[in-house]
Amino acid sequence: MKLHGPRRIVTWLLMLAGGVALSACSPIEPWVKPYEREHLADPIMSFTPNPVSSSYIEHVYESREGARGATGSVGGGCGCN
Amino acid sequence: MKHPARIPTRIAALAVLLLGCAQAGVLPDDRADILWHRYSGGGMVIQGPSILVRKKFGDHLSAAYNHYEDMISGASIDVITQASAYKEHRKQDSLSVDILHGKTTYSGGYIHSRENDYKSTTAFASVSQDMFGDLTTVSFGFTRGWDKVGEVGTTRNDPLERRNWQVGVSQILTRNLLLGLNFETSESEGFLNNPYRQVRYLDNSQRGYDYQKERYPHTRTGNAASGQLKYYLPWHAAVAGSYRFYRDTWGIGAHTAELGYTQPAFRSWTFDTHVRLYRQNQANFYSDLFPFQDAQNFLARDRELAAFRSLTMGVGATWEYHIPRYSWLQKGTFNLRWDRMRINYDDFRDLRVQGVTPGTEPLYTLDASILQGFISFWF
Repeated sequence: MKLHGPRRIVTWLLMLAGGVALSACSPIEPWVKPYEREHLADPIMSFTPNPVSSSYIEHVYESREGARGATGSVGGGCGCN
Repeated sequence: MKHPARIPTRIAALAVLLLGCAQAGVLPDDRADILWHRYSGGGMVIQGPSILVRKKFGDHLSAAYNHYEDMISGASIDVITQASAYKEHRKQDSLSVDILHGKTTYSGGYIHSRENDYKSTTAFASVSQDMFGDLTTVSFGFTRGWDKVGEVGTTRNDPLERRNWQVGVSQILTRNLLLGLNFETSESEGFLNNPYRQVRYLDNSQRGYDYQKERYPHTRTGNAASGQLKYYLPWHAAVAGSYRFYRDTWGIGAHTAELGYTQPAFRSWTFDTHVRLYRQNQANFYSDLFPFQDAQNFLARDRELAAFRSLTMGVGATWEYHIPRYSWLQKGTFNLRWDRMRINYDDFRDLRVQGVTPGTEPLYTLDASILQGFISFWF
């Protein structure tokens, strides 16, 4: 069966998730140790330091532009805290 | 007649960005933000408050509430040429929760937006997982929306359904460099027109053209992919760059590039600046001037679907303060941001210019000033 559009994309995403989950089973040595993440934990390194402001300005753009989406920063989860 | 340039209601999807930004493996900080925004440009003024409160309950649960308003007044280019000035007031409330379990964060939320001719309800859920020694965070999200599109003076109440799938990766590359990758598919089905907006077509009248209502397809699917980098500079500053590519089934392709710089100074101050470039081509069924009435199945003369380039430049300043006698207050900030946006349309003409051959009017340019003032507390 040939998949089209969003279904094909969702299938790819699930395959990607499976691949990531499988690779998580093998130990990977972090090449940036927790004690080396001082700079990354600095508030100036946050992708969205002020969510209420970022959300507003994205609304301004999206109200006037045809493109939308993929603006999330995934929380910048750098494991710094 | 209600004016045809109502700003489309899409902030519900953006509230997901606002509320759903929890990091995997750690709950977001307790904070409150009170913001006032003011957009002024193209004859329109849009302003209002946005209030966000986020609070942890125990070690595993965090909840956030946001109230947002747009108060719209003025007369845009569409209003001046086709209708009368108007006022509109939109209110939106959002609630979300984050549940932390080990290195996994489960998030979910609900958003409700209402104005006199548009109601929107959105639910979203996402999961984020830290892995590889917390070097990598992978997130998956799904958003579902149910809208009702009305039209003042009529009984219109047409449905519009939205579905979005998101996947993202945040990656520590070096001790000074972060990478973010995001992909999102959006799917809309239902009444996608703005019911007030019209297209123009050539006719034999003295003016040379007349108007008819827009007609859009009833489905739209788009894909967006983005990447962003942020680098810590040795003199305690940060530089960020991002790029996004977008394409949809209406034929719109768009590129967005942004560069930013953040510099702390004078102990309590942080200054930042950014420049953003955006370019898109027009939708397949867009035209500034159709050759005759009902020239094709689908018709649009919406600036949002036109080909254009835009440039936005902004500056911001943050002052951080501490009040020792209020032990519950970790810190607070006063923030001021100002952005200047210019949009140059490639095929949207300024119809305020009369007495020329239709289709030879000068191209329209939009200049806008965007001001944000907000205070934030961490507690």
